[in-house]
Amino acid sequence: MIEIENVHKSFGELKVLKGINLTVDKGEVLTVIGGSGSGKSTLLTCINGLEPIDSGRIVVDGTDVHARGTDLNKLRRKIGIVFQQWNAFPHLTVLENVMLAPRKVLGLSKAEAEEIAVKQLTHVGLAEKLSVYPNRMSGGQQQRMAIARALAMSPEYMLFDEVTSALDPMLVGEVLDTLRMLASEGMTMICVTHEMKFAREVSDRVAFFHQGIMAEIAAPEQLFDAPQHPETKKFLAATH
Amino acid sequence: MFNTALTWNDLVFLAQGAGMTLMVTAVSVAAGTVLGIVFGLIRVQCGPYWSAPLTFALDVFRSVPLLIQLVLGNALQSIMKLGWPPFTTSCVVLSLYTAAYCTEIVRGGIGAVPPTTRRAARSLGMTWWQDMRYIVAPLATRVSLPSWIGLTLGVMKDSALVLWLGLIELLRASQILVTRLQEPLFILLICGAIYFIISFPIARLGGYLEKRWSPND
Repeated sequence: MIEIENVHKSFGELKVLKGINLTVDKGEVLTVIGGSGSGKSTLLTCINGLEPIDSGRIVVDGTDVHARGTDLNKLRRKIGIVFQQWNAFPHLTVLENVMLAPRKVLGLSKAEAEEIAVKQLTHVGLAEKLSVYPNRMSGGQQQRMAIARALAMSPEYMLFDEVTSALDPMLVGEVLDTLRMLASEGMTMICVTHEMKFAREVSDRVAFFHQGIMAEIAAPEQLFDAPQHPETKKFLAATH
Repeated sequence: MFNTALTWNDLVFLAQGAGMTLMVTAVSVAAGTVLGIVFGLIRVQCGPYWSAPLTFALDVFRSVPLLIQLVLGNALQSIMKLGWPPFTTSCVVLSLYTAAYCTEIVRGGIGAVPPTTRRAARSLGMTWWQDMRYIVAPLATRVSLPSWIGLTLGVMKDSALVLWLGLIELLRASQILVTRLQEPLFILLICGAIYFIISFPIARLGGYLEKRWSPND
């Protein structure tokens, strides 16, 4: 379970998160929507410990992410994150990209890491691309490789940060299909997205962020069909 | 017709000088590169404020002409009674000179690796060292290689200045022959050709590695 308690985060003078409280249960799919600069992506990087927080607490399965003494490298093994830009390791083939962390972080043998990598790449539909270098693939394929790379660490939680935002509209579908598949398999996920149809379809709950505050959180039918907060109404009206 | 007093033994003498040039270059570039990597990492990790003293020291090595550094280095080792032979003094000074340039090459190479790529590596649970070893080092090497090859070729030619400390490297060997045989143009032509012969493979190696890596990047 991910527990977020009164989290504040600033970049210099700019307050990005202003007291976020949120709990994500195991197996839940939470979608976070909101305008640019509302703090959605920052929240994900704070959950993963990539960004420090100013105050509050983020607890993942009983471990305080930002407590002194927390082994973040160990914690990150259970919290996979995929970014807007897929960030492939360009000097490694697709298979090597996915094998690297299981080998070096989990200490698996080459054969074990390869087995896991092939399984995950097959899972996301890239079984034919094992020996290809990332720059030879489309953005959608590279993003699916990034998802497989995170999944190869067998994470218990997956964070997706606008994973379709940098993609050609033609390629968005294949990545969303991969996320749908993960959701149907029971993976605990927090997805920051601008894909409203996708959010409505796969989420257990949808949270709307506005200027660093979680303005509203509800089941997708309720949030999309009967939003309560005026900013949510304004945002949804603008996106339709 | 063309006549020369140059003998086979003189050519062997030039080859021995070339051997010394190669030896001084190899030792200096190797040591300078190791130091440059260490200094470059310090500069990247410690930030401009904490690495300011190091930056200043390296700026001195980059700004003062190498000949002055060699003469001062030789005088210093003599004052400190270190008893270093000219070869050691030359290699120490040239290594520091190389390190000063290599530090900037390393810093630039590390800086060229996108922070988002490094963030992706850390998000997978990799430690700082694993990120450096498996992601940053290979990518930074690709970026830095052309500059490093240029530095190596430059140091090879600059190493001619160690003749002032009494080492008989390629240029000093040529000078000795010019003084004895009074055929400056012919001997310097041969000297230049030898410099080209030992530099060319290094330049080609750089080109080969660049070409080999480029299809993947």
